[in-house]
Amino acid sequence: MTISEKKENSENRVIMYREALNEAIMEEMKNDDTVFVMGEGVAERGGSYKVTAGLLDEFGKKRVIDTPISEASFTGAGVGAAITGMRPIVEILFIDFTVLIMDQIVNQAAKYKFMTGGKGRVPIVVRTQGGSGNGLAAQHSQSLEAWFYHIPGLKVVMPSTPYDAKGLLKSAIRDDDPVMFIEHKLLYMKKGEVPESEYFIELGRGEIKRKGKDITIISWSNMIPRSLSAAERLAEEGIDVEVIDPRTLVPLDRKLIMDSVKKTRNAVIVQEAVRRGGVASDIASIIQEEAFESLDAPVAIVAGKNTPIPFNLRLEKASIPQEKDIILAVKKTLNFKIG
Amino acid sequence: MSFREFWRDIYKNLYTIRVFEKNCIRLYRQGLIVGYFHPYLGEEAIAVGACAALRSDDYIVSTHRGHGHCIARGGDIRKMLAEVLAKEAGYCYGLGGSMHIADVATGNIGANGIVGGGIPLGIGAGLSISIRGTEQAVVIFFSDGASNNGVFAESLNLAAIWNLPVIFMLENNHYAVSTPIEEASRTEDLYKRAEGYGVFATAIDGNDVKVVYEKTKEALEVCRSGRGPFLVEAKTYRQGGHHVNDPGKYMPREKLDYYMSKDPVQTGRKYLINEGGFSEDEVKRFETEIENEIKEAVEFAKNSPELSEEKYFNEIVI
Repeated sequence: MTISEKKENSENRVIMYREALNEAIMEEMKNDDTVFVMGEGVAERGGSYKVTAGLLDEFGKKRVIDTPISEASFTGAGVGAAITGMRPIVEILFIDFTVLIMDQIVNQAAKYKFMTGGKGRVPIVVRTQGGSGNGLAAQHSQSLEAWFYHIPGLKVVMPSTPYDAKGLLKSAIRDDDPVMFIEHKLLYMKKGEVPESEYFIELGRGEIKRKGKDITIISWSNMIPRSLSAAERLAEEGIDVEVIDPRTLVPLDRKLIMDSVKKTRNAVIVQEAVRRGGVASDIASIIQEEAFESLDAPVAIVAGKNTPIPFNLRLEKASIPQEKDIILAVKKTLNFKIG
Repeated sequence: MSFREFWRDIYKNLYTIRVFEKNCIRLYRQGLIVGYFHPYLGEEAIAVGACAALRSDDYIVSTHRGHGHCIARGGDIRKMLAEVLAKEAGYCYGLGGSMHIADVATGNIGANGIVGGGIPLGIGAGLSISIRGTEQAVVIFFSDGASNNGVFAESLNLAAIWNLPVIFMLENNHYAVSTPIEEASRTEDLYKRAEGYGVFATAIDGNDVKVVYEKTKEALEVCRSGRGPFLVEAKTYRQGGHHVNDPGKYMPREKLDYYMSKDPVQTGRKYLINEGGFSEDEVKRFETEIENEIKEAVEFAKNSPELSEEKYFNEIVI
């Protein structure tokens, strides 16, 4: 049984990932008049995945704004509003569409604090969702976190559970820097324990999702539930896997990762995004730099194939890491022998 | 404010920009400014006229050719010179340079290295005003070059549907770097593009500071009374190439001569005498005062230290 399942079975309240996100926005909008929401279909429709449902009734049209399909300019407007004292939450329907907002995020939002000598701040949250798994094909299924991870000045958050989603979004909204908040389309309906009382999760604090002693899996977003179920299968064979979820890629909880790797002496990094130029490669390089002497085997990466996501469901599945791929990588790592 | 004071302030800004830019060109030729920068020479009346009409709590959005906007908005020329000379005393510790000067204190959201990149930021300033329900306004300075970027069209539409208090101040200097407007647009009257978005628009003589001031004031009244955005196309011409190192040989002599004869600083000088009541001697003394102030600022900047690597990596970069 995984930790998140345990939470579901407890007596505490269990809600969906999208409901947890909705609560975070509701609470922060009630708490602070400068918080507002804009995006395509976020008001009347309540968002494609219902994350912004009910906000229009509660806060009205001034603070819950439907936009035309003008991603670059309404994101830029969010940046400008943030510079002038507001805390906007801008929703980009699919992470695939964030390529349309790159100038505003990369050249404007990420650089502003720097270019004002620290006097100007951009407390904007760009909420978006990525990932594959339900036949949306090449332009609606990508995992593009590495694009933002690469840019100094941006924070990158990728929650895997309802609990994390709420606590991290509340912190992201209160953060004074631009935050890319990347959700996963397959997680919206997933349930988990979320307390009724207010809480925050500090950006940069990862979590051990499953304790283990033989090998460390580092993963995030929808690869967490997949890694956890792989860990359960491996446990049946006597392999005790520790699963680490950094939860935020920037800032990255290096200490949590290093402590775990130094303990288990083995590491596998699982990401849905394509292998080439990915965050997993960077984390692997950090581990080998900082914990080389602790490693019993090379750090393994299980990642998406270097291909666009196919529409055909069978081929889509073959393009991104599955449970069996994770299991194989863990066994291969543990069986590694020098020479 | 008396006419005398009004025209004194106007001319102070016009002449300060002129002398500031000429000093920067000299400093560049001496190798003291690195990279390159984009002089505002010939366009001074637009920034000065528009900013004179603003309240102190309004916002402006500037461009890569941004020295003039910053000065007209009341920016600190010592900090500006220190910035373009890459010194710690600059607006941004010398980390931004000419194209990245922002001044939070004067509501100057900032210059921008990306042509058109600032337009949506101005929409955002307008949106935050609209949500807060204050009577502030925004002037977005941008160019004919930026008007061919997609965000211009998007932003014009957003300002229109959200009824934002935003003035689109289109500085039509007839060139996008070296490409003349007639090659980049089928009509040279760019203000006409606003009509399709339901936005009030007009074209004016951008070299006449009085015209710019009066039209901006009128547009601001429209904005502040909740009747939405306004586009003002200010026709002007650069008095040189795209940047300090571009001789601008592609600019036809007769057109340059025509705009030189309508020099915005000389026009402002005439207003100072005819409407501000200054005598020729008073103007000359005033000009010497401004020149001395800039000379002093140049010396200050030249003698200022650079930011150390240690301070940069340990204190500034987070």
